[in-house]
This record gives sequence, structure tokens and C-alpha cells, in this order.
Amino acid sequence: MAVTTRTVTDLSSTTKDGVGASPRRPDGTLKVTGEFAYSSDMWMEDMLWGATLRSPHPHARILGVDVTEALKVPGVSAVLTHEDVPGDKRYGLEHQDQPVLAIDKVRYKGEAVAVVAADHPETARRAMERIRVDYEVLEPISDSRRAALDPDCPLVHEPGTIPEHPEYNQRGNRLRYQPVRTGAFTEAAGAAGRESGVLERLRAEADAVVSSEYEVGMQDQAFLGPESGMAVPAEDGGVDLYVATQWLHVDQRQIAPALGLPQDKVRLTLAGVGGAFGAREDLSMQIHACLLAMRTGKPVKFVYNREESFYGHVHRHPAKMRYEHGARADGTLLYATAEIIVDGGAYASATPAVVGVASSLGIGPYEVPNVLVDAYGVYTNNPPCGAMRGFGAVQACFAYESQMDRLAEELGMHPVELRIKNAMSQGSRIITGQEIDMPLPMVEMLERCRDLPMPPERGALADPSDLRTLPGGVAGTTRGEGVVRGVGYGLGLKNLCFSEGFDDYSTARVRLEVVGGEPVVLVHTAAAEVGQGLVTVKGQIARTELGVEKVVIAPSDTQVGSAGSSSASRQSYMTGGAVRTACASVRAEVFALARERGLVPEDLPDTDLSLSGGKLVSATAGALVSLADLLGDSTQGGTVVEQTREYHHRPTEMLDPELGQGASHTQFGMCVHRAVVDVDVDLGLVKVVALDAVQDVGKAMHPQQLLGQIQGGSTQGLGLALMEEVQVTDGQIRNPSFTDYLIPTILDTPPMRIEVLEHPDPHSPYGLRGAGEPPTLSSTPAIVAAVRAATGRPLTHAPVRPEDIVGIEL
Amino acid sequence: MEFLSPSTLEEALEAKSAHPDAVPIMGGTDVMVELNFDKRRPPALIDLARIPELAEYGPDGDRTRLGAGVPYTTVIEHLSGRAPALAKASRSVASPQIRNRGTVGGNLAGASPAGDAHPSLLATDATVELASVRGRRRVPVREFFLSLRKTARSDDELITAVLLPEPSGPQQFAKIGTRNAMVIAVTSFALALDGERRAVGTGLGSAGPTPLRAEAAEEFLAQEFDWEGGRSPSEATVRRFGELVAAAARPIDDQRGSAEYRRHALAVMARRALSWSVTDYRKGVTRCA
Repeated sequence: MAVTTRTVTDLSSTTKDGVGASPRRPDGTLKVTGEFAYSSDMWMEDMLWGATLRSPHPHARILGVDVTEALKVPGVSAVLTHEDVPGDKRYGLEHQDQPVLAIDKVRYKGEAVAVVAADHPETARRAMERIRVDYEVLEPISDSRRAALDPDCPLVHEPGTIPEHPEYNQRGNRLRYQPVRTGAFTEAAGAAGRESGVLERLRAEADAVVSSEYEVGMQDQAFLGPESGMAVPAEDGGVDLYVATQWLHVDQRQIAPALGLPQDKVRLTLAGVGGAFGAREDLSMQIHACLLAMRTGKPVKFVYNREESFYGHVHRHPAKMRYEHGARADGTLLYATAEIIVDGGAYASATPAVVGVASSLGIGPYEVPNVLVDAYGVYTNNPPCGAMRGFGAVQACFAYESQMDRLAEELGMHPVELRIKNAMSQGSRIITGQEIDMPLPMVEMLERCRDLPMPPERGALADPSDLRTLPGGVAGTTRGEGVVRGVGYGLGLKNLCFSEGFDDYSTARVRLEVVGGEPVVLVHTAAAEVGQGLVTVKGQIARTELGVEKVVIAPSDTQVGSAGSSSASRQSYMTGGAVRTACASVRAEVFALARERGLVPEDLPDTDLSLSGGKLVSATAGALVSLADLLGDSTQGGTVVEQTREYHHRPTEMLDPELGQGASHTQFGMCVHRAVVDVDVDLGLVKVVALDAVQDVGKAMHPQQLLGQIQGGSTQGLGLALMEEVQVTDGQIRNPSFTDYLIPTILDTPPMRIEVLEHPDPHSPYGLRGAGEPPTLSSTPAIVAAVRAATGRPLTHAPVRPEDIVGIEL
Repeated sequence: MEFLSPSTLEEALEAKSAHPDAVPIMGGTDVMVELNFDKRRPPALIDLARIPELAEYGPDGDRTRLGAGVPYTTVIEHLSGRAPALAKASRSVASPQIRNRGTVGGNLAGASPAGDAHPSLLATDATVELASVRGRRRVPVREFFLSLRKTARSDDELITAVLLPEPSGPQQFAKIGTRNAMVIAVTSFALALDGERRAVGTGLGSAGPTPLRAEAAEEFLAQEFDWEGGRSPSEATVRRFGELVAAAARPIDDQRGSAEYRRHALAVMARRALSWSVTDYRKGVTRCA
């Protein structure tokens, strides 16, 4: 290694592949060559296959389950129902409301009723055909607005549904109601009559008022690797679970009580994760596999197929929203009101937290003196909804950005000008009263985005007749007829890390030792690598902090403390922070060791010291000792320095239940998008020509991976703008396949010009800001605005459907 | 499930005769999806991939004989002159990987109303060749589709080839999808002008329980069109043609689109296909003159 040949003169050089560089992902080559082992690839000689019998009805009473015939199928080892769950029969992320296996009722189509373990998936399938479930079919509760606002709506969860918790579900179908009131609405809060009086007065004062209803459809995370994992029974009576998940410890916390085991008897190891985007935050097959493994004494593997996957995980909450904005003639916002109803489906999942985000960020990053927001998360018999990239902020962003465009049009202003006029900045307070105490260069971002070079006009293309440049693509629906160009802008404010009092700390264990004469760092965390590249960033941080090139990343498991979830754009911040903190402790111990051995002149303070190039270096005195000499080879009794540290972000507060006030968020992030589209206005087909963005990330930890995140987030937002919707009618999914649930292909994905700004956040490690979610907020409204500009249609539903563009009512 | 793997056509026909409920498999792009999604559990599969005759194509009198096992990629690369509409349709099929495997014969056998090949085969009056141990017969594609996924093929027959007439005028194909690649047709349309016979052919996909023709539209345009000079039809004629195409559709509302949108889109595609065809036709007339 280079370390051994270095001279004193290059000791000041920073370690290769540290923070700010773009080293290769350690799993990159394996993934692109198809050799990476995903969770669905796991195999053991004596393993059994698990399968899940699911409810065909969105709402039904279970009168009886008979597994007798299923058990007779040769090759079947076990058939389990709720009666076989030894511990807690319900689990859940925030509310423990979801049965491990349905008990007396099913509340959504696809709910798990029984599980089978057999020697082959086909055997399991045959056994499931022989399980007899006697249902009394009930009318599904499928209208989220009715569930939120109609006191006569039947309840999805009757009070007392959970006998051991008689207080359960006092709120009926309203899982959470969160109001926010500011300005003149504060005084009138809670009294409907006085609130409408305030609104009337503000309307009269405004020069322009725009109001509309908006809908955001149910988006699927559409990860490529379906739910899968393997549970292996252990000799100590516990179980080892290898699974693709987003948060090992929250899985463990829910699995162990259901199995009736102490937490330490349920050990989890992260298996290869084929994408997540929020869909793996809830449990899927975890408890089922463990139950079957413990019952049969054999390893049990589950792999959902694609259709099952659509029923097997939560989706993005569909939202129904009503907005009104009033402004003065110069564009200054006077008031805004919003009613936001998100459909949580049959079980709570992350719905309360989603409501917390949708309400607090409901009006966006605009200075508005008077605000009234009512946000509801409700139970229905629709598929359960939970975490997905953007988490409640996506839905509100589509509405408030659409409103800003309508207002700009009403006032005859450029959409960017109106946004600049009302832009927040560092020191502004969002509608919850929380101060944005970090840079928020919104005006600069808007101006930069507006001034980015435009893509060439159609006529200026090398070959304008190339079908791939036209809406409809190679299916050849136009040669330019009906094609109109439009430009639109969108931006969004996203909270980063968990909010509302949640202490989502992360833990890192860092070990420094010398092996074969070379210093090596081992980084061990429980953080889930879900494709985002945390595995690369952890190594970069260790290199920068410890001046050692060789870093090994240990597999993520529950043998180390929780890292929190790979969601909320939080892992670089939180696990990055934990790795950095643990490295600092290791470094301090190395300094102490060197002092103990008299290798550091006494007058040099620790601030003068650093680790660099495999050596302990003094800024004033130069290289003091190599790590190899200081520690000695660990295989020959040398010193191993190991530290485990937790990292906590600053505390946050709950929103108060009446006025929605409180410093609920840890950090804010923003992305600004400009979309250019060509629309075939006669056929309603869209080609996105350019999707350019400006995002402030505080610090680009790995510039190449960062661009990947912004491109991916923008594309996921493009999908929501133009094609992605899980269509649900009366609780039934109409398109549970990638044949009919469309996600963007490369031909739908335009070139993206991306400008990255780095205004450091004084509160975060390296000044970084979570980067994965903000582009998912802003690209959707930007694209829809561009389609509106091309068509003149109001387009209040995301995704925009061809029918909406050509003016056919759906 | 039995897996039969004949190496000659004769063996394949014997197998099909012995197992009339066996499902033939070529590229597997339909059959495997149905098996994987558990939509179908046939007692046997007959693998046709090793029969050389099915993978061949070439002239057959004044027509082109396209073996039932020729993949779309070959149609795109080698038959864009002999079968322009079919080649355009082939280009719109799924992804390169699927186009390398999927075949026109398989498309016909599945007989999905959304099958990408069907509208162009209807519009150009192609013929299906069927074979069994009883012998071979030829059925016009226009008589092949009977009802939802039911065709004129008997249980003991295999589709061996499609016969494509020599084009004698412009041919178009267009397909609606809500993304710009890899889509099942929301609806699709093919148009063929036959200058020699002064006939118009149409084909509509995803517009009813079977692939359809718009016969009234064909007759109307054959009457109205200036076959001599290729003058542009009047706006009223173009509009009427579009209306007649849309009127021939019997679409449904489903997860891919509404019936009303399908009719609307068919009218737009028909008008556009007509105007492209007229331009191309005039070029042809000018060249001949």
C-alpha cells in the first residue's frame, strides 16, 4: 500500500476516497453484473417454502377457517392461523393494530389469513387451495372523505376490537386529525363560525382568490426486489432472520413479542435489498417466516411474487385536498386554507406521522400571515398506506404548488416571480412557528433554476422526426401533429430525519487495528443499505476521520445498536453522524495511547493532532508515529481500538393538537425543478423534454451518488405526475402488476441538468442535508404545471391521465 | 406438467394431435407470464423452438411467408419494406429482450385483443397458415378472430406461418400507451391503402373483444379517395373517416383507459394515419409517373 512508501512531505494530503470524493460502491460491480445476492436468492439445503393465504375481500367477517385438508397435502409441514401466534397477535409501527394473521375480520383485500410451509412453492400453493375460509362479506368503507368527515360512516375498527386494549380506537375512523392555525385564524381556532368569519374578512381584503380541489393517486414504491427473507431456527430456542428491510431493530421490536420471545432471541441480519422507498418500513413476511421456522424446526424462505407484492406492502397515501389562497395585487400572500385527507387504508402503519408532515408543511415554504390547515389521516378498507419517499409532503406539495401557479396566472405574474415574492429564507418561520435556523437560499435557487439553459426547440433537433423524441414514442402516434410545448416550475420543502419528538438515534461501532502491517478500519452498524449508497458513505467518513484507506464495512445486523430507519433522507445524517462520532472516539483513544507512550510532545494539544496517511500527525511537528508502529499487528497481540457510539439529532417537539404549533422538525431540505414537456394535446400523451433541478444539499458527501439520488427522486416524481397510480375501486386493486402499473422507462426519462448548492447546515455532520426526498416533491408539480401550460387544462389529479388532457371526464 | 420437445414439424403436429389441450410455446413471452402468474395450468407444453421451418421467412409466390416462430426483431430488421405496418407494430412491442423472443405466430395464437401484430395483419389482409396431422389450410386473418381469445384454429392445429401480401401502397400503424415505451396498447390502429385493388384496409386493437376492422370506414374511404392523383381528401372526408373508425370500436372502460378515450384516440389516429398515407401515396404516384 501507498502508506508504507509515503514520505513526510505528503503527510498533509487528505486520504483518498474520503468525504467529498466519489469512490466506487463496494457492491456496485456485483450489482451491475447480476452477481449480487438479493434476499430472494438465499438458499439452504433443508429449507421449506412459505406461502400466504390472503383475503379475497376488502371487508369481511371470518366465520371459520378449516386447515384440515391443507395439512393432508404431502410435503406440507405446517399450516398456521392466528390461533398459532404464541405472543402478541397484533403488531404495527406506531399503533399495534394489525393482526399477524387475521382474527375475526379482514379489513383489506390481500390481508394475510393463514400461512403454509411446504417442501416446494407448488406444494404450498396446492395446500392453500385446500384451506377453507368461511367469509361473511361486508360492504367496504372506501371513501376517505366520508371516513374523515361523516359521523355516520361505519367504523373500520370498532372500539374494543382489541380486548386487551379496551381504550383502543376512540377516534373512530380518524387515525389523526391535525389542525394548524396562524394569524387571524389563531384567535378563532376551534369555533367553526368564527373561523369562517375570519375567512370571509380575509377574502374581502384579497385582490385575488384561487381555490381548487386536488387529488394525488396511490403511488407504489415499485421496488424491483419483492418482499423476501429466510428465518432459521436456532438451538437456543430463538430464531435468526435474514431479511430485506429498512430498519432491522424496528422489525425485531415487533417480531419478538409476536413470537413470545425476548428481543435478544430474535436476531436479524440484513439480506440484499432490492430497493425500498418506504415500502419495507412495515413488516411483511417477517413474523410469518419466524413462526413457521419455529414450528417446523427448519429454515423457511418467503418470496412474494409481483402481484402479491402489490398487496404485501404499504403504498403512498392517496390524498384528497381542498385549497384556497388569497393575495394582494402585488402577489403578497394574505391567507391560505387547506383541507388534506390522506387515506391510511385498513391499518395505521405510519399514517399519524404522515399527517404530521402533511399538516406542518401543508402550505409550503411561503410566507403567509394567516393559515388554516385541517389534515386528516383515516382508516378505510382500502390497501394500507404508509411510508413512501416524500411522506405526506409530496401530496401537499402538489396542491400548494398548483395553487401558486393558479395564483400567478390570476395575477398575471410569472410563476417564479410570485414564488420569489413570497419565498421563505433562513430565519423564516413555517406555519408551525418553527424557525428555519439553517440556510434556505430559496430565491437564489429559483433564479438559478429559471436561468438554466432551455433545451433545444423541436425544430432545432438533429432529427425532429425521430419518434423517440415525440410524445407516444416509437408507437408512432404523432409526427408532430398536435404537439405543444409547455414549461412549468415546482419546489418543495421537506423535513429530513424523523420529526415530532422521535429520537431516531443511530449507533456505530468502529474498530481500528493493524493487520499485516497495514491499518484497517472496521465499521459496523445496523443501518440498511437499500441502494442509496450509505455503504459507500460510511467508508468515506471512516477514511476522512481516521486517515486510513482500508475500510471494511461489516454486514448490518442486530449485534450492534439500532441505526434507525433508512428513510426520511436521514442515514447520511444519522448513521453518518454516528460513524463520525465513533471515529472521533477511536481517534481520541489513539491520541491517548500515543501520549501514554511518550510519542506526543507534551505542549501539543489534541487539536494539533490528526490521523492521516496511516500516521499520527501533528500540524506543527509533522508525523509523530505510524499507526502500524503505535498499535502493532493485532494478530500478534497488538492493540485493537474499538468504540461504539450513539448519535442523536437535536430534540424535536410534538405539534400541539389545537393550533399545530411546535418545532417538530429536525432539518429542512429543498429542491427546485423546471420541467419542459411536449404534449400531444389531441391524444393526451406527454414527452418530458427536460427536467432540470437546483438542490441545496449542504455538503455533497459523494457527488456521483448524490446525482443518482436527485435523478432517481426526480424520476419517481415524474412517474407520479404522468403514470403511476395504484387504481383502487371498492377496495380492489385494478392494476397489481408492472404490465398495468406503469413506471417511467428510459424513453420517458429526460436529460437532467442538476445544480447542486452547498450551504452548510450548522447543526448537522459536515453541514450535510438529507438529499433523497426533496426532488420527489418538486418534480411532480413542475411537470404537471408544464402540461397545464401546454394544454390550458386545470389538471387537478396526479397522475395526469390522457383523458384529463383531452377533456374526457373520468 | 408434461414438456414435449419435438424436433420436426411432423413430430410437433403428432404431439398436438395426441395432446389437443397442450399449449405450444415459442418465445414464451405470453405463455410464461401466464404460468408465472398462475393464470393457466396446461397439462402439457409443446416447445416449438427447435423446429427449423418455423423460424424461416422468405418469398412465397407474390407474398412473403413469415414462419410462426420468427421474432419481432427479425421483422423490424428485414421486413420493413415487405410488411411496413407489421414492422412498425413490431417496433412498438415491449422491450428489445421481448422483441428478440416474441413472435407474430405467438401473438396470433394468444389472440389477445391488444396483440400488437393483429391490426396490421387485418389491415393488410394477411393469411394464417394452420397445420395438423390432417394437413394444412389457410385462413384469412380477417376470418381468424372469432370471439374473445377464440380463433379459427382447431385444437389439433398449430400456426405455422403468416402470409403477407406484397404492399401496393402506404401502410401505417400507431398505438396509444401512457408511457413512451413498453406498453400494452390502450388502443391501436393500422391502415393500408392498396393502390392496385383500390381497397382500404383497417385494423383496430384493444377496441373490442377481438381485434376489429372498421369496414364502413374502409368502404367510405375506398369510394372517396382519389386513387389516380392521390389528392388530399377534404377535411370533412378525413373527419368522417375518423368517425367511422371510432364507430367500429366496441371498447370497454378498464384500468388502461376509458371506452370514450379509446374511441376518441382511434378517431385521431385514423385521421393522422390517413394524412400520412396520402402524403406517402402521392410520393408513390409521382414516382410511377
